[in-house]
Amino acid sequence: MAARSDGRLGKWLVIGPPLAYLLVFFAAPALIMALASFRTPGEFGGLSPLLENGKIDLNLDSYARFFTDSIYAQIFLKSVWYALLTTLFCLLLAYPLATLIAKSGKRHRDLLLLLVILPFWSNFLIRVYAWMIILGPNAALARMVNGVLAWVGHEPVPLLFSSFAVLICLVYVHLPFMVLPLYANLEKHDQALLDAAQDLGANAWQRFWRITFPLSLPGVYAGAALVFIPALGIFAIPDILGGPEDSLIGNVIKQQFLETRDWPFGSVLSIVLTVAALAIAGFAAWVARGSLGTPSSAGEARA
Amino acid sequence: MRRRSPALWTAALAGYAFLYIPLVIVVVYSFNDSRLNAEWVGFTFDWYRKLFHNEEMLSAAGNSLLIALVASAVSTALGTMAGVAMYRYRAKLLAVQVLTPIAIPEILMGVSLLIFFVMLNLTLGLASVALAHIAFCIGFVAIVVRARLAGMDESLTEAARDCGATPWQAFRHVTLPLIMPGVIAGALMAFTLSIDDFVITFFTAGAGTVTLPLQIYSMIKIAVTPEVNAVSTLLMLLTLALIVVATRLTPSLFRN
Repeated sequence: MAARSDGRLGKWLVIGPPLAYLLVFFAAPALIMALASFRTPGEFGGLSPLLENGKIDLNLDSYARFFTDSIYAQIFLKSVWYALLTTLFCLLLAYPLATLIAKSGKRHRDLLLLLVILPFWSNFLIRVYAWMIILGPNAALARMVNGVLAWVGHEPVPLLFSSFAVLICLVYVHLPFMVLPLYANLEKHDQALLDAAQDLGANAWQRFWRITFPLSLPGVYAGAALVFIPALGIFAIPDILGGPEDSLIGNVIKQQFLETRDWPFGSVLSIVLTVAALAIAGFAAWVARGSLGTPSSAGEARA
Repeated sequence: MRRRSPALWTAALAGYAFLYIPLVIVVVYSFNDSRLNAEWVGFTFDWYRKLFHNEEMLSAAGNSLLIALVASAVSTALGTMAGVAMYRYRAKLLAVQVLTPIAIPEILMGVSLLIFFVMLNLTLGLASVALAHIAFCIGFVAIVVRARLAGMDESLTEAARDCGATPWQAFRHVTLPLIMPGVIAGALMAFTLSIDDFVITFFTAGAGTVTLPLQIYSMIKIAVTPEVNAVSTLLMLLTLALIVVATRLTPSLFRN
């Protein structure tokens, strides 16, 4: 209704500027990168000219390299594996947090929620750096762990620059993304369902596993997508906390663009990552929509 | 209130401890009178004093502030328009453009902008970083503004139009004042995102330009020093203050 007499001009005055900006600085660069994946690397890095002797030079060489050299598929699978583990651990940690917040009284709820969000708003690098301190070779944790290991006659292990460091920091950085959608879902659950189940003799575990958890699945899928996608493309955490074995797809992309300067191949890797990210986001949205008995419909039925 | 079992409390407390202990350690060691971030030796302000005499750090902070001011101003204007457009006109193409940068891994935007700027022969530096920051901040501002509009009574704008206000007058004198808390919250978020951004800045800054996060990155790649703790503590204080103000302005924000 509001749009009735604003006219087409008014509409485009509002849509136009942000759309134009994003077409230039988001869509165009993305398309140029897609095109770059079919081009030939330049002699001194970057890209070689698109027009070579009057012919357009586009080829599938970089894609062929990705699909024939198994090292890249392995690194990609390793990234998927790390992102999956991160998602799983985030879910395990987030569930009690989200449940507690959802069950709290109105007065405490906003504060408890804010406490989950605040670390997310502190600088990303600072949160990675914090784990450098905690896991450092001279810090209390490493001395304690290696003390115990020495006692059982095991070699000391470094905590920093290891897969363990990378994983714990991945979980740490992404945890709020899992808590928020899970909380938003749990908050809408109808207590009457749980009361009814209890009256019918279901114990606490049964009530959780047969009622709460299935109803929370849309929140779980949303949280999983919000954690999995950024975790898949991360490069700074393995770069700072990982050992040489922990190089993930993000690190290879960074290397191709800034060190090896093979832009076509870097673009191929970026496209693979984009396709994976969008596929997962689409899948999560599709599954979430398809799950039956969503809490929102339960809530509507109640109202 | 019923059924808050001790097990749930313990698990949730462990979750909060996991979230906060690392940050507390960074802050505490920034006052520690020892080069090693390993154990408490004694209290000192030395690391902060060092910080304020570190020319590189100060110039990086200056760059970060300048970029964040420009990026938050422009992205707030564009993001507010985008939020209004998405809410009123259900602009599909715009919504995709606004939300996708938030949904994909940051590195993708970083590398695609790198190719783009180099192809345009734009020298990488403050300008390219600011242009990149605006692109990813628009979405966050738009989401906040749209949430605020959704909680607003549209009939007020209708009434203004019925009383003969032009669309611009209705927006300027009715809609804008009502969504102002959302706009300010969006601006604060954009400022925070810009001043904190590492990944996209890393790819679009080029060799000569250093922002605060880039400076922190190069310091921690070399060694762990309490000077990093000191700058981290100050940066945390700044961003946390901004975010607390932003969430106060839009209490319903993090529910959506």
